[in-house]
Amino acid sequence: MTPVAAKHPRDSKKPLKWSRAFLLKLELRSHPALLCVIRGALGPLMEMLEFSEEHGREIIRAVDEAVANIMRHSYHGCLDQPIEVYCNRLHRQSNGQTEQAIEILLFDCGPAVDTTKLCARPLDEVRPGGLGLHIIRGSMDTVEYKRAGRLNRLRLVKYVRRCKSEGGSNEEKPS
Amino acid sequence: MKISTRQIKTATILDVSGNIDMSNSTEVRKALLHEIRGQKATRVVVNLSAVNYIDSSGVASLVEGLKASRDLGSRLVLFGLNDSARELLKISRLLKLFEVYDDETQAMASLAPSV
Repeated sequence: MTPVAAKHPRDSKKPLKWSRAFLLKLELRSHPALLCVIRGALGPLMEMLEFSEEHGREIIRAVDEAVANIMRHSYHGCLDQPIEVYCNRLHRQSNGQTEQAIEILLFDCGPAVDTTKLCARPLDEVRPGGLGLHIIRGSMDTVEYKRAGRLNRLRLVKYVRRCKSEGGSNEEKPS
Repeated sequence: MKISTRQIKTATILDVSGNIDMSNSTEVRKALLHEIRGQKATRVVVNLSAVNYIDSSGVASLVEGLKASRDLGSRLVLFGLNDSARELLKISRLLKLFEVYDDETQAMASLAPSV
């Protein structure tokens, strides 16, 4: 896996390079009963990273929906296919402030995703299903799909907060 | 996840507990449709106060129940949603679609004239 510098959506000029710290890797099979295991692992991680409860829930929800989508659409319900989830902490210094984010990378070995079909359905249609992608996009700041060799890679990023480097108080960064 | 059913006058209450996700949301769907279509329940109340987590497939099951109840002219009412469930319905723009109450007393009161 080659680290990729993430560009903050609000930075229109020079993007500063993010540094990445590896936190957690989960390898699992594509069995829906394992979804609760992923959620269970991510909960304490969000707490450790000092996300607000609401932001923590958003991230867990996005990952849960993303993994469920892999199980459903990439592996078509096959229960024994591999899925990998990597969690990294991203941070960078910008004008004396530290910006932090969490990056979650999800890999699966299913066929390449037709990106033209990666569109959430209109929400004014009252019908069951098709909400997963909308929920993922609504919960995360960055959602990127990429075909990486023979793997599908979904990259999710959520920016955490901006705090003063020199003993300043934490300031919640809107996301 | 567990689902049990009880009757209070003419209202059927489904008590759901645990997590509702892709692994078991079809059970919620079946239970709801069984009451609405099979048992012809005219007032179905879903108690989600013991549900820790619900995902989009769980919400889809509730939407299916809501559509079935509308088709048959019955009512589907939810109560006891935690923050996570409320946020999910909100982000899906479905919160206003459902009749949602804080607790069972409020939910039953909403049905009071007809229960």
